[in-house]
Amino acid sequence: MKTDPAAPLAESKPRRRGFLGVAAAGMAGVALAPGIRLIEIAQAATVSAGASPKVRWGMLIDTTRCAEGCTDCVDACNTENGIAPATRSTDPQWIRKIEIKEVKTGRSASVPVMCQHCAEPPCVDVCPTGASFKRADGIVLVDRHSCIGCRYCVMACPYKARSFVHEPLADQKPDVPRGKGCVESCTLCVHRIDRGDKTTACAEACAKAGHGAIVFGDLNDPASEISQRIRAATSTQLRADLHLDPGVRYQGL
Amino acid sequence: MTNPRCAFDASPSRGRRQRTGRAGSAASAWVLATILLPAYAGEGRTPLPVLEAATAGTQCVEPADVMRRNHMRFLKHQRDDTVRAGVRGAKYSLRACVDCHASQKTASVAKVETNFCVSCHSYAAVRIDCFECHSSRPQAVAQQASK
Repeated sequence: MKTDPAAPLAESKPRRRGFLGVAAAGMAGVALAPGIRLIEIAQAATVSAGASPKVRWGMLIDTTRCAEGCTDCVDACNTENGIAPATRSTDPQWIRKIEIKEVKTGRSASVPVMCQHCAEPPCVDVCPTGASFKRADGIVLVDRHSCIGCRYCVMACPYKARSFVHEPLADQKPDVPRGKGCVESCTLCVHRIDRGDKTTACAEACAKAGHGAIVFGDLNDPASEISQRIRAATSTQLRADLHLDPGVRYQGL
Repeated sequence: MTNPRCAFDASPSRGRRQRTGRAGSAASAWVLATILLPAYAGEGRTPLPVLEAATAGTQCVEPADVMRRNHMRFLKHQRDDTVRAGVRGAKYSLRACVDCHASQKTASVAKVETNFCVSCHSYAAVRIDCFECHSSRPQAVAQQASK
């Protein structure tokens, strides 16, 4: 059956439907509407399996490689997710570059901080509508369909990772729906992960710039690069004292 | 289809005509017709939704009448699967709707009153929030624009 939007709306199809029903019964579904069958098969073949609980996505950020003043990861994140570069402190930002300096030794480091994708996320605990949630594969997200913009999660997050969209938006990316009145944060490029990509926009940009300070991967897979790296070298979780078990780890802090 | 109320099978005027027919009174039918018909079919009423044709050579996932009644249910079910469970590429997808139904002129399903989604929804006085967050432009157009 062809879709013809120009057809009159009131057109009723009981006769055709009835005929199809009889035809289906008669032929036992052998040759019923081959076009539709083919399309269903074609569409079914591309359905992704969804988030797997066997996987725990995470990132390792090597602060010794992260260059001071470099904002390649932030820019790549903005481009990937259709975020306008922040001009005011209230504008959404998914990655913030933090410059830290130890007063006594004078050692400084530049660190990108984004949603840490905690195993025990406080944003999920406080969310009154269940909009804040953790996927089976450890990615912490906001379901904008149920977010009411109360911003409890913004308050609850110890990493200041979440932003609120104050202004109406236009021309969002088809992959990344965003809008006014909702809280948002780093999604670990969930749309890329779901289509099978092995890296995030920030990690890709960092590698491209020659720093390679961000490694993305599966923390549950002992053979993955990130697992090998965190086994070989000391890395820390930010505010580990809170026992939130973040999926983002920092090396050389 | 002269009567705008026929659009979604609600068709009150058809119902009324049948009732008067059953009563068998030609006079009362004529009186009702003269009173009611100008009110429904008269000019100045809400214009019928004019649906723009989908991209040529595309095939919808369901027959048109099923989509008209149930598209919101399909999409609502799918959105939870996609957002919460990460299931992508399923049969129903808002993005697939946009890819085929975006207007040739505005490259959007919701930019102006005549575009596919808005034309019906403005007629039915249903305000949809979908495109406050979701892109109303097809993937290819959005990619070109961002380059």
